[in-house]
Amino acid sequence: MLALEFPPINEVIRWRDLFPTFNKIALIAVLAALITVVLLFIASRRDPLKAPRGVRNLVEAVVDFIEGIVMQTIGRDGLGWTPFLLSLFMFIYLCNVPGIIPPLYMPATARMAIPIFLAVVVWFIYNGVGIKHQGFFGYLKSTGFPPGVPKPIYVLLTPIEFISVFIVRPFSLAIRLFANMLAGHLLLVTFALLTDAMVNAETKQALLVPLSILPFGMQIFLTAFEVLVGFLQAYIFTILAAVYIGTAMHPEH
Amino acid sequence: MEAAAILAQAGLSADDAKAANAAIGAGFAYGLAAIGPGIGIGYVVGKAIEAMARQPEAAGMVRTTMFLGIAFTEALALIGFVVFILLGL
Repeated sequence: MLALEFPPINEVIRWRDLFPTFNKIALIAVLAALITVVLLFIASRRDPLKAPRGVRNLVEAVVDFIEGIVMQTIGRDGLGWTPFLLSLFMFIYLCNVPGIIPPLYMPATARMAIPIFLAVVVWFIYNGVGIKHQGFFGYLKSTGFPPGVPKPIYVLLTPIEFISVFIVRPFSLAIRLFANMLAGHLLLVTFALLTDAMVNAETKQALLVPLSILPFGMQIFLTAFEVLVGFLQAYIFTILAAVYIGTAMHPEH
Repeated sequence: MEAAAILAQAGLSADDAKAANAAIGAGFAYGLAAIGPGIGIGYVVGKAIEAMARQPEAAGMVRTTMFLGIAFTEALALIGFVVFILLGL
């Protein structure tokens, strides 16, 4: 048996306050917001007539990507939502990425506060859009009574639709982001601890140190995997927000 | 009752027994929650690859829809993971 002591969850995801009410998670979140603002600001100041270079080139690629998402999910009349979805995507991505950056090593979205806040913002927005485009009762009707269903089915369907649209959606949105990032973080912690325990084992067995290459290799593989997961979760959050806004705007499909 | 008596003989308190049951429950919670979504995601991705191979020009649209399907399917596994965290750690 290896003497592997897994620290309690609070030690893994909780950090000393830098100063009262401000810890590393808050620092990462503030940095992510600042970087987003600065990047977009720099990109918007350049002369639009010249060919884009550097920061502007990067930001244009991201904007194109988000516009592609909007065109596929909402359609042409949803392009006004690009700025919101763009800032949402960049903020979530920059919150996810510190999970693999060495001095930080903590995705800010692995605490429930940020995902649930973002999900509540999205909840207010898609309900607001639905009420604005269809009127209050029209929105409730198109949500609870989708057309093309035999009448008796509504007894079963309407409650399910209401619960899923108004209660389950924000929770699943928040939990998806939170649990993915927390799971990745815990995996990295586990394999780092395993490597450490094998290298520094008290039994001094000859094979333990060379065999520690296995968890270490897994650690490197998982770090590469986390790059993908961080991007994918930001993408999925953005695309789901776009889909929810789209269904509120165009109820027929 | 019998289990409690055996545990008392082994020198385990009620809290230890509770923690042990929580750990076992957490393991089962995550393991069982992963079965359905595992099959489901495999099905979604398999069908998406089939569609992309049949119609490469629709690959972009299929990929977007595939990620949506994965996101919805995966939610159940992630709720299981959250239960695992709440119970086990």
